[in-house]
Amino acid sequence: MQKEKVIIAKELTKRFGAFTAVDKITFDVQKGEIFGFLGANGAGKTTAMRMLCGLSLPTSGSASVAGYDVYKQNELIKKNIGYMSQKFSLYEDLTIRENIRFYAGIYGLTDKQIKEKTYSLIKQLNLEGQEKTLVRALPLGWKQKLAFSIAVVHDPAIVFLDEPTSGVDPITRREFWSLIYEASAREITIFVTTHYMDEAEYCNRVSIMVDGRMEALDSPSNMMKDYSAKSMDGVFLQLARKAVRTGD
Amino acid sequence: MKQFFIFVKKEWLHIWRDRRTLFILVCMPVVQIVLYGFALTNEVKNSKIAIFDQSKDESTTAISNEIASSRYFNLIKNVYSYKDIEATFRQGKIRMAVVFPRGFRDDLLQGNHAQIQLIADASDPNTANMLTNYATSIINDYQKTLYQNERLPYTIKTQVRMLYNPELKGAYNFVPGVMALVLMLVCAMMTSIAIVKEKEMGTMEVILVSPLKPFRIIIAKTIPYLFVSMLNIASILLLSVYALDVPITGSLLLLIAESILFTITSLSIGILISNGAKTQQIAMFTSMMSLFLPTLLFSGFLFPVENMPFALQLISNIVPAKWYYIIVKAVMIKGLGIMAVWKETLILVAMTLSLLGISIYKFKIRLA
Amino acid sequence: MQAVIVENIVKSYRTKKTVVDALKGISFSVDKGEIFGIIGPDGAGKTSLFRILTTLLLADSGNASVDGFDVVKEYKQIRNRVGYMPGRFSLYQDLTVQENLEFFAAIFNTSIEENYDLVKDIYQQIEPFKMRRAGQLSGGMKQKLALSCALIHKPSVLFLDEPTTGVDAVSRKEFWEMLHRLKLQGISILVSTPYMVEASLCDRVALIQKGEILSVNTPKGVISEFKKPLWAVRANEMFRLMKAIKDDPSVESCYPFGQYHHVAFKVQENNKEKLEQIAQKGNYTQVEIHSIEPNIEDCFMALMKE
Repeated sequence: MQKEKVIIAKELTKRFGAFTAVDKITFDVQKGEIFGFLGANGAGKTTAMRMLCGLSLPTSGSASVAGYDVYKQNELIKKNIGYMSQKFSLYEDLTIRENIRFYAGIYGLTDKQIKEKTYSLIKQLNLEGQEKTLVRALPLGWKQKLAFSIAVVHDPAIVFLDEPTSGVDPITRREFWSLIYEASAREITIFVTTHYMDEAEYCNRVSIMVDGRMEALDSPSNMMKDYSAKSMDGVFLQLARKAVRTGD
Repeated sequence: MKQFFIFVKKEWLHIWRDRRTLFILVCMPVVQIVLYGFALTNEVKNSKIAIFDQSKDESTTAISNEIASSRYFNLIKNVYSYKDIEATFRQGKIRMAVVFPRGFRDDLLQGNHAQIQLIADASDPNTANMLTNYATSIINDYQKTLYQNERLPYTIKTQVRMLYNPELKGAYNFVPGVMALVLMLVCAMMTSIAIVKEKEMGTMEVILVSPLKPFRIIIAKTIPYLFVSMLNIASILLLSVYALDVPITGSLLLLIAESILFTITSLSIGILISNGAKTQQIAMFTSMMSLFLPTLLFSGFLFPVENMPFALQLISNIVPAKWYYIIVKAVMIKGLGIMAVWKETLILVAMTLSLLGISIYKFKIRLA
Repeated sequence: MQAVIVENIVKSYRTKKTVVDALKGISFSVDKGEIFGIIGPDGAGKTSLFRILTTLLLADSGNASVDGFDVVKEYKQIRNRVGYMPGRFSLYQDLTVQENLEFFAAIFNTSIEENYDLVKDIYQQIEPFKMRRAGQLSGGMKQKLALSCALIHKPSVLFLDEPTTGVDAVSRKEFWEMLHRLKLQGISILVSTPYMVEASLCDRVALIQKGEILSVNTPKGVISEFKKPLWAVRANEMFRLMKAIKDDPSVESCYPFGQYHHVAFKVQENNKEKLEQIAQKGNYTQVEIHSIEPNIEDCFMALMKE
């Protein structure tokens, strides 16, 4: 059975003057899918992501995110997506509870919802009794997990993750992916951008952008088969080496 | 030495490429001088005055009429006692009072010299200064008319008394004040920020892991700011001489030498601040709090130090700007030489040497 | 003589309330002309270690020497002969590529011309952009410029702290190729990385976690230390499958690894049968089970648990 599609992009294009940053990309992402969005520096990933998040208007083409049009309904899109990057996620000088309350508040949850969410989230992460700990004092791995849980606190349709597990120890990393799997099982779509191909292998499907175009889109195992590569690294290098842009 | 020069060049490029900051650095003194200058040279018209005439003779009436008919003054009251003058001042009704002593004309014609007292409200020192100047010149004019008829020179001495601010701070005084402020800001704040920026960017790590001596790193980082400061001194002096008519009465060379000395003091403070500060914001706030405000408050530029409580007077002694301010005032306004300011100069030299010594000693050859 | 010797280095940071032990007495040595990887997650103590070895920090106790010089007493000699690339690419963003390189050459009392041979290979790739400000370069180009700057004075030991973090896969691959060419010139290289996959690119590695070294070995040696057979499993519902496997008492560990779960058992008997059994019971489809070679990440996790 074909699942509902939460991202539909058709010939989505963004030009800056004579420079075509994103060149007619067409793809869709299903509900609850873990979707990897890869590309070398300067391949147009960031620009494409900005259009999907409603932060930048496309030059041409069409796209809908969580059922909303990127041209007209970008405010609604922002309400229905979550975002987590490695660099910006939590306020270090606020406590765990304050961080949760802040982000839940931003997304317009009611006080009752916030209370419930705070309780369930803290329980899920085994942080009971530490609600009043400053985020600064948490180990990195826990920060990551907390940041992710907060990014999905408003049950968004899609959550965008930027290199979510780079730099964490392997065990925490596994725990983090478990959280992602769980969110995906709750029908939250996960949109991951990363430079690290081992992260890409966790995704259901992966797309690779080269010079503004989407050069490949498939499951990691099919891709490895198609490019007769042992790892996603091999696939990526074969594709990205074709790039003519110098990457900036 | 090549190491050193390329470091200075690099530092200069940082300043040069950050056009916005450079613009502020160069324009700040100009704006300050123009602002103060504009505020202070506002022309005074129709200032209200009172006259206390104790002799009521031909001369006093003539002078009173001259003054009252001038466009600068507006005679609103004749008073009959010193007490009355004081009361009128307190009510804020007048800005100046003219007092003729008893037997004015007799003194003038028989004793050949007479006195007129001008009492001005010096809480606005510049206005007070101007009013007394205008009045004095009117009196001088009257004196000249006497000359023409008589063969003996008669002199009328005007005795000026400033109320509320006897030292008459202000007027020319803001130029030395602005110089102290600007040099403090450019040198101390900018160098501390520039050094901390390298720490923040992580480039300090790489520089430390090089054979470059810490002493040279410091000196190289400060030289471009020394240069910018010289530029500022030049622009302030040019503006004050040509736009504000505040002349440099003393030795220009001495003035510049003292300014360089004070610049180095400020640079040392900047280095010292950068030692402790971890971020650019901290460096900026530390500079603001520990330099800008004390300079403003304790240099004597806005508030006379003599009128402060003893404790604050003591504190003012450790503010380098105070000494620089005294020196500049002496050299630039009063036209005195090194002999008049050697003590203050020595204090600045001692401050500079100890600050520089501490900051170089404390400059970390490692990170933590 | 060895390029780097580390003996029992201890370092902790004290704040008002807490004491953080960054390094808890670590020892290892690096041979001349070797690429030695310090592999561990953020917060493992990699940067502290690098700063101690580059004379930027003093250890609380223990000894270390670089190129035969003591890191405390002979720091000046060390500063003359090491190249250091800190975690963040420490370049002057407002200076051009060429100005950056000139500056770093000059502070080491040399010039670009003098050592052009050594950096030529790397610098040529960014030379077309030499008039561009460093702040406007892409991550990969910044990385190349930072490496050129660290190399310009012909150091005998090169310290690279997380040089590949935040850089795309193509640049990363090129970077490692460059390191291998540098190694041929006799330069000893210490490189730290949080990416386990990069371990195989080093001659020897030290796995580090929470200030302690878990293992020092060749990449192959690390893998051979992993004693138990490892199984890769996949099926249609990965999340449910993982829970089911973890719930089985005979399972030692089960971790998701991209498309597969990696499973190790407590007792090495009928393992495949056991997995098939679990798959059958849960009615999974597209089940795939095969035995695999462990990778560095498997080993790292096993060592972490010890």
